[in-house]
Amino acid sequence: MSTIRIPPVLRENTDGRRTVDVTGATVSAALDDLFAQHPALRDRVTTDGKLSEFINVYVNDRDVRYRDGLDTTVGADDTIILLPAMAGGSR
Amino acid sequence: MVSAGLTISPGLAEELLAHARAEVPNEACGLLSGDEVSGRATAYHPARNAEQSPYVYTVHPDDLLRIVLRIDDDGEDLVAIFHSHTHTPAVPSPTDRRQARYPGAFYLLASLSDPDATPAQALRAWRITDGESRDVPLHIG
Repeated sequence: MSTIRIPPVLRENTDGRRTVDVTGATVSAALDDLFAQHPALRDRVTTDGKLSEFINVYVNDRDVRYRDGLDTTVGADDTIILLPAMAGGSR
Repeated sequence: MVSAGLTISPGLAEELLAHARAEVPNEACGLLSGDEVSGRATAYHPARNAEQSPYVYTVHPDDLLRIVLRIDDDGEDLVAIFHSHTHTPAVPSPTDRRQARYPGAFYLLASLSDPDATPAQALRAWRITDGESRDVPLHIG
């Protein structure tokens, strides 16, 4: 069982919950459990069944892009965070 | 009920412009925290532009996490997302509208096209929802 911390921008999709406990040995499995508990969040952050590229995923404050991506293993003491990217520009 | 407009102090407005000018030739970016109900931002949290580009910005993912969690842990709200346009007006571009993922925050833009512009002239505030932008009142005071 690991914990997913929900940032304020996504809490409207988790009934206002700040954290959600999930099962799963990898980030991918943990997110599957999260989306099963909160289907509205799946619609918000996935495209064609995959996590959208604009969603940053962190485990214990480390961006999983620098680890094993969605295959990064997680355990009981780990906290996963999803955060939409902030980006744009004049062009 | 959230505020229809954004309010920042003159000092905060100067701080934003100073950051934007310091990052030239690249776009600057950062987050403003405060109270979303009143629409008043009271602190600026500058971030690194991971793109290091004059034309696009991405708030560095490590900075984004650190700042968002700090604001949340302090019981504050993310009120606005700031970035600069180095040569174009302070109007959301198609890229800005397409990549906007925070409908609850104001988008505060600075234009550096006029180097002598005052903060009131250089800054404009927007809401961006579902790819559509609309300008909102910006009160500096």
